[in-house]
Amino acid sequence: MPRLVINGLEARYGSLKVLDGIDLDVASGDVVGLIGPSGSGKSTILRTLVGLTPPAAGSVEIDGEHIDYAKPGDVRRLRDRLAIVFQQYNLFQNMTVLQNVMIAPTKIKKRAAAEVREEAVRLLAKVGLADKLDRYPDELSGGQQQRVAIARALALRPEILLLDEVTAALDPELVSEVLDTIRVLAREGMTMLIVSHEMGFIREVSKEVVFMDAGRVVERGTPAKIFDAPEEARTRDFVSKILRH
Amino acid sequence: MWERLIEEAPRFFGYYNLVFLGKAALATVALSALGCIIGIVLGSLVALLRLTTRLPLAPLRWIAALYTEIFRRVPFLVTLMLVFFAFQLSKVDLPMFWVAAVSVTLIASAFLAEIVRAGFESVHRNQWDAAAAMNFGLLDTVRYVVLPQAWRIILPPAFGFFVLFIKDTALASQIGVIELTFAGKVLNNKGFSAVLVFGTILVAYFLVSWPLSRLGKHLEQRLASPRHQRP
Repeated sequence: MPRLVINGLEARYGSLKVLDGIDLDVASGDVVGLIGPSGSGKSTILRTLVGLTPPAAGSVEIDGEHIDYAKPGDVRRLRDRLAIVFQQYNLFQNMTVLQNVMIAPTKIKKRAAAEVREEAVRLLAKVGLADKLDRYPDELSGGQQQRVAIARALALRPEILLLDEVTAALDPELVSEVLDTIRVLAREGMTMLIVSHEMGFIREVSKEVVFMDAGRVVERGTPAKIFDAPEEARTRDFVSKILRH
Repeated sequence: MWERLIEEAPRFFGYYNLVFLGKAALATVALSALGCIIGIVLGSLVALLRLTTRLPLAPLRWIAALYTEIFRRVPFLVTLMLVFFAFQLSKVDLPMFWVAAVSVTLIASAFLAEIVRAGFESVHRNQWDAAAAMNFGLLDTVRYVVLPQAWRIILPPAFGFFVLFIKDTALASQIGVIELTFAGKVLNNKGFSAVLVFGTILVAYFLVSWPLSRLGKHLEQRLASPRHQRP
């Protein structure tokens, strides 16, 4: 059974319809890659899913439970199961690396500090930052900050991890360290919905690729289908432009 | 003029006058402290209220906005008169000091609410988003994430306001509260020369507000960097 089912999702910024009836599902353990031109609504899907942008219509189900975004209780339960990593990392500037990872599990989920600390240190070691525990975000490179953000998301023990263009703000030489971290998660069976412009990476880690344009899903399928034999003209056009350079 | 001042000084700085001035200074300090302390608490609450998003709280949000917008625009004296006559009409027999205290608190809360709100808004949107996505409620977001970053923005204008505010408590003399300015008028009426009396009052105001400015500077320096604070 699919873990996350989205039906007819719509979202607006003022009068602009940024999502125009999105249907999408993500099965447990799968990695789904969302691609498409800028402004096609990829990031908005993730923001809408975690309740940062209220949906105008449509339904979202997670493990069979329908989420009503107008109900704070529903949104809270949903956020217990999802974690999002942002393009701009969004680390808390007033906290050290370790505090950033520990704050939500200890203060919001009320787990024991000693246990959380152990897990946080383990996660930070996993993303290669065991020696940066007491640094502040502005003392780290973009790639390091983004890996802290991934560790922070994992510390929430999410069922589904949403990655919103997590390498888009990074210098080119820092991209691979973040992608390597995500590859490890994919191999471990983490369910992920990934928005990215790194086509090679999307092709490699995704089980399914979804191509979006103008707030709609244009085409979806295996990476081989989308990248090598797209059916829609719009997909073909996008893929050829992206792969040409 | 100098001979007169020197001749008057020993009498002016006599025991009873000093006690009188001391009590008046205490009233000024008390009014200012009440306004600043209750003002920062109530002001923060009003600012928080304005950040809520839930529909049932909409009327409260509206009241909070209206309150800050009105009381920041009305002259202190008008608020004072309004509170004074409101208490008279409601037949609540409150000492004048407390009428003044209510007025200063109303004003200070409105100004400080706006200062705190500006501080909250200075914290980047992405910090709020990250906290919300991790299930922080509004209070937790403000406590752990926003306030530690907003302090640096809030403190300078807040202390600037405190200093202005100490002077404004002088208006309480209009309804007969014996604070520094009122004491000055009384002593002047008793025949002491205005230069001596109001010169002393000036020094007294300075002595009340100078330490406050120093405290503000000290706090600003301590919080100059978001680092080295523990949430």
